[in-house]
Amino acid sequence: MEVTSNASLEESQVWGGGNKPLKASYGKMMMWFFIVSDALTFTGFLVSYGFSRFKNINSWPIADEVFTHFPFLHGIDAPMYYVALMTFILIFSSVTMVLAVDAGHHMNKAKVTFYMLLTIIGGAIFVGSQAWEWKNFIKGEYGALETRGGQILQFVNAESGKRAAIQDFSIGIESERTTHQASNGIWYQDETPLPNVSVAEVKKGFLADPNLVIRTEKLTENGQKTVLSREDSLIKIEEAIGVVEGANLIHNEYGNRLFADFFFFITGFHGFHVFSGVVINIIIFFNVILGTYERRGHYEMVEKVGLYWHFVDLVWVFVFTFFYLV
Amino acid sequence: MAAEGHKLAIFRGLLKFKSNQQKIWGVLIFLSIVTTVEVALGIIKPEILLGTFLRMKLLNWIFIILTIVKAYYIAWDFMHIRDETNGLKNSIVLPLVILIPYLAFILLLEADYIFDVMEAGFVAWNF
Repeated sequence: MEVTSNASLEESQVWGGGNKPLKASYGKMMMWFFIVSDALTFTGFLVSYGFSRFKNINSWPIADEVFTHFPFLHGIDAPMYYVALMTFILIFSSVTMVLAVDAGHHMNKAKVTFYMLLTIIGGAIFVGSQAWEWKNFIKGEYGALETRGGQILQFVNAESGKRAAIQDFSIGIESERTTHQASNGIWYQDETPLPNVSVAEVKKGFLADPNLVIRTEKLTENGQKTVLSREDSLIKIEEAIGVVEGANLIHNEYGNRLFADFFFFITGFHGFHVFSGVVINIIIFFNVILGTYERRGHYEMVEKVGLYWHFVDLVWVFVFTFFYLV
Repeated sequence: MAAEGHKLAIFRGLLKFKSNQQKIWGVLIFLSIVTTVEVALGIIKPEILLGTFLRMKLLNWIFIILTIVKAYYIAWDFMHIRDETNGLKNSIVLPLVILIPYLAFILLLEADYIFDVMEAGFVAWNF
């Protein structure tokens, strides 16, 4: 890495390669510019999430009520703890990556190998955790009714103040209606599987239990969801046209559909970055073991993938804030 | 890229580390503290911080500021921006610092306007 002053360079030396502007190698600089453009892509996603949220500021789902699961603690309300843990895991894998880069500067092959391995494990745990979060989100917890206007009606037990699951209080009605499959009837038509309970069954169960009231999407002054009185609930339930269980790109039992869309899109895009980061790290890991960089004389490749890996961590810091905290 | 080239002081020279490895652990501790504070605030939600400032909760402003602080230390110490030349530093940071707040500003302002229009009832919202 000899950098001499430009004045003394021959023209052929300036343009003929081997010259490092900004004292950074070509590969490292291009990695940085890729990161800048990728950062702007994520900005576009997060800002459009902000757009939808500000547009529906008085009815947006409350993240603390959506993400309440922690592994092995069933039925315990644990908002945010798991994502906080995921954040720590990712920051820690960032640290091991930095340590690998540092060991690379000292040409310490054993240490680079060890720290790269830790980084890969951290990344894999993170992707797994994200998959688990998705599973819970898609499966849903209590279920809800949807009105013609696309709004969600959730159920609360007025006595205990706790959420009521439609699966528990709905009363079965004998019906011949089953999911229409392409194998029966008209061969080119089918439908998505029907929910476990029908609107009529939920309504019947709701009328039978005087303690149940409806919780709407609207937020009150203190940022809580509005809970209707029993009388208003009885009027409101007539607006329901469908049962929603869990969340997908079309329906979302937690509230606004856009929330689910952005959740899948942004955490999915980030998860894909983590996944590709893990794959790239594995490739570099094997190159380190094979001694490729030892022979090359420097571990700059580790530094470059390190930049990418830290960037993924950096994006997660923002996703964490805007999806789970704010 | 030489190991000796690292700047080992953080917090504007308040905290100096003996080696690059020590600095990494120091930054990890700092980032962990900030994250813990964020999570604790998110769970407790203190009454005082629920007031609004510029149409957003004070608590949310704190979260966003702490996030930017974390981003700064990840970029400066983990990604070694601190050790790069000023030219490279500026060509990476300036586009982001200029474009991101600009995009956020115009889109959020527009969303706020749309919210007001729908709230005033010119659009059938629940039918």
